[in-house]
Amino acid sequence: MTARPGFVLEVDRSTPPTLFWYGENFRLERLPRSSRILYPPEPLPAIRDVRTAIENALDNPAGDQKPLDALLFPGMQLTIAFDDVSLPLPQMTAPDIRSLVIEAVLERAAQAGVEDVQLVAALALHRRMTEGELKHAVGKRAYNALKPRGLLTQHDAEDQANMLEIGHTDQGELVEINRRAAESDLLVYVNINLVSMDGGHKSVATGLASYASIRHHHNVKTMVQSRSFMDRHSSELHSSNWRMGRLIKDAGIKIFQIETTLNTNTFPDSFRFLQRREWEWDLRDRASFVAANGALAKTPPALARQIFHSIRSPYGVTGVNAGEVEAVHDLTLAKVFEQQLVRVEGQTDILTMGLPFVGPYNVNSIMNPILVYCLSLGYFFNMYRHKPLVRKGGVVIISHPTRPEFDPAFHPSYIDFYEQVLTETTDPLIIEQKYEETFARDPWYIHLYRTGNAYHGVHPFYMWYWGAHALDHLGGVIVMGGDPKTVRRLGFKPASTLNDALEMAGSIVGANPTVTHLHSPPLVMADVY
Amino acid sequence: MRSLVVSRTPARFATARLLSRFAVERAVESGPLTLRDGPPKQPPNSDWRRAVPILSGICGSDLATIFFEASRYFDPMTSFPFTPGHEVVVELPEDPGVRFVLEPALTCSVRGTPPCNACASGNTQLCSNTTFGDLAEGIQTGFCSSTGGGWSTEFLAHKDTLHRLPAEYTLEESVMIEPFACAIHAALRPARRSGSLAIVGAGTVGLSILAAAKALGCYSSITVAAKHPIQRELARQLGADAVIDPSELARRARSAAKANRAGSYLGGGFDSTIDAVGSAGSLESAILSTAPGGEVVAAGMPATTHLDLAPLWHREINLKGSYAYGTEVLGPEIATRLNQPQSIRTFSLAIALAKSANIGALVTHKFRLSEYVEAISKARAGGKEDAVKVVFDMRKVKHDG
Repeated sequence: MTARPGFVLEVDRSTPPTLFWYGENFRLERLPRSSRILYPPEPLPAIRDVRTAIENALDNPAGDQKPLDALLFPGMQLTIAFDDVSLPLPQMTAPDIRSLVIEAVLERAAQAGVEDVQLVAALALHRRMTEGELKHAVGKRAYNALKPRGLLTQHDAEDQANMLEIGHTDQGELVEINRRAAESDLLVYVNINLVSMDGGHKSVATGLASYASIRHHHNVKTMVQSRSFMDRHSSELHSSNWRMGRLIKDAGIKIFQIETTLNTNTFPDSFRFLQRREWEWDLRDRASFVAANGALAKTPPALARQIFHSIRSPYGVTGVNAGEVEAVHDLTLAKVFEQQLVRVEGQTDILTMGLPFVGPYNVNSIMNPILVYCLSLGYFFNMYRHKPLVRKGGVVIISHPTRPEFDPAFHPSYIDFYEQVLTETTDPLIIEQKYEETFARDPWYIHLYRTGNAYHGVHPFYMWYWGAHALDHLGGVIVMGGDPKTVRRLGFKPASTLNDALEMAGSIVGANPTVTHLHSPPLVMADVY
Repeated sequence: MRSLVVSRTPARFATARLLSRFAVERAVESGPLTLRDGPPKQPPNSDWRRAVPILSGICGSDLATIFFEASRYFDPMTSFPFTPGHEVVVELPEDPGVRFVLEPALTCSVRGTPPCNACASGNTQLCSNTTFGDLAEGIQTGFCSSTGGGWSTEFLAHKDTLHRLPAEYTLEESVMIEPFACAIHAALRPARRSGSLAIVGAGTVGLSILAAAKALGCYSSITVAAKHPIQRELARQLGADAVIDPSELARRARSAAKANRAGSYLGGGFDSTIDAVGSAGSLESAILSTAPGGEVVAAGMPATTHLDLAPLWHREINLKGSYAYGTEVLGPEIATRLNQPQSIRTFSLAIALAKSANIGALVTHKFRLSEYVEAISKARAGGKEDAVKVVFDMRKVKHDG
């Protein structure tokens, strides 16, 4: 059976209330008539025999690359880097696709007599993964074999002794990456490409780089010029990474890229109503919704968070491609777009979106206000190709409780950013110029990044820059159901109901506005014409 | 003469304390303070003048007395019945149109006693004779039964305690000179007088210290922990480099010092911290946020508190008090900057700096003397009700009359 494509529904009298994510809960909202709802395509059929698909990919590389076996030889140094805990969202049921790929590569390496193998989690400036997260990502076998011997490591962007300067791009961008990866005879990169932003040259050029290198593309200017960063060919963020990636290749660093794609089978059966269209809900879906909604409303946020973060997604693997970075990534993108892209005619005045409990940077943690900002204006706003879903000067309405809660272990610099920076300004350019360096060089944040599970001190800045293009584009942002004081500190406006929010938005975009709702997750990307 | 009088009535003190937690106006009405008409006080000798208040401020120490929250330590240094009010700008009947500010300390020079060691050295705030001499017990006008106080239509002031004010000074600036002098003294208390300074609390005391520290110009940065919107707004207006919520103090101390942190332990912090609240929480927070070897100045009037002094011991923090004012030794750098002598009476310095420091901005509310219940309730609410300095405006009493 083929999956039904995504589509755009026009709301009429018979349309039932629409599900909006609301952090660790949901809301049912009635959208005005003639509003559009953008539904994601149904999950593509999953590959039945993933292990065989992996073997095939290793043997039949894409682009100008030899099969993996031809690149392995005794006495060589092999490094296998892999995407960190920020992917996929939520974490997938075991076995994680990364673990299957890593096991296959390790098997081939063993057969070829390779003894010097090291695994590196490509953290960039993300937090170090916990042992449980590492074990889940690489699989028990690899974990148990390599971790006790110190061969399962996590990239440390602040370990200057273990960074290697590769050079500068023709645009003057410093390329500096993990020394072990750079000096290996072969670097295998194992990716999960959840959205079109991931993968390609970004895997190594960002995932294994230093702050000094990353700052060349993670800045306000680049972000404003990335329209969108989900569309590689219109994204300055990706152009910069591609320049860096080609420099890495030209420097003789041999990369065997393995990219995997997943379908949108995001939620387990008990939450299946989350990925069904409302008018197709049966009795069980309705009962599940009522039960979940009622129970979550009475559950303390911390407990609700725990419940949601324990969800494991039954994602199906839709593609495994290996070989030369750019050739592989083209195949990957095609698969991602096939799963997520929906054609939309024309922009909208008002875009509504419900934010879920998790984004890339709060796995097993709190979606703090800065992450709310990033997930809405950085990620969801940018889920477009060609043109933003919302017109220039339009309004985004977000559904999220936006509580002033932070995880001091994972996000220490976020707390200071919220208290010290956002109380002064929300302007990304001023924030970048005035505060970034201080936070990035703060020895305590560096210490916590290197030894604990904290995001790098500069990370909240990147979250803010992530939204720079949206801020530049929009006429206003309204948070429905958010804590008013917190919402205002983000520079947004609070509203208690959807009607209030629409009324407020109307004062910005004019009377009789068009409204479009992004019904996500599961992930959907608008192809706007 | 009309005045507000505090009488020694234990039952009313207890009632005020009890009710103050949930019914402030009832607490004032049922408390030890009453509005009375009576004959004027007689001057002890020809050095004393009849002073006619124009504005008279309500201070935290007044509130602590009325609501029976002050430390019993002050009992022997207070004589009943007394009229509160020690932040006063006055006129003299014999010199109409000229304004004076009262320096309310009742020290050796006004008590007719030979100068004690402290007074002889200019440190009149440490006078050891505040319970001796010509007057009844009382550390200041406003706590002494012999002199009366500013919350009245008339009281007695020693001629040496009246400072003539420049004509261009507004009444608001004038009435703030006494608390501003306290603030200058507090701002000069850290031995280091440089580096980063944090001020915990942004009521009248905290904001005055901020104004003083800015005027002195010796600190590289001043962070103010302010609870309420009006306090934050005034702190910014008065030039604070950072205005934060009190809950953020330790985090701000850490980031300002680029220090490490483990739980509540900070490897660094502010060079000096002035506590302008006086509660156990504020003092503990000040101690935890100050760099090892740094100084914490207690400028807000504390009462009996329960403090964890382990961090004070471990970090070798110097905790020192700051009371009132006396003579300041400015040091060459500050003296040159301010164009003042190196040794100067705090009050003289306060008068010199009050206008440029914009200290009058802290006066937010004025009430008639007859509105004392509302006035004291407002002062008690403070920042919660957008109030900083609440004063009695005696010109309004005359209208009443």
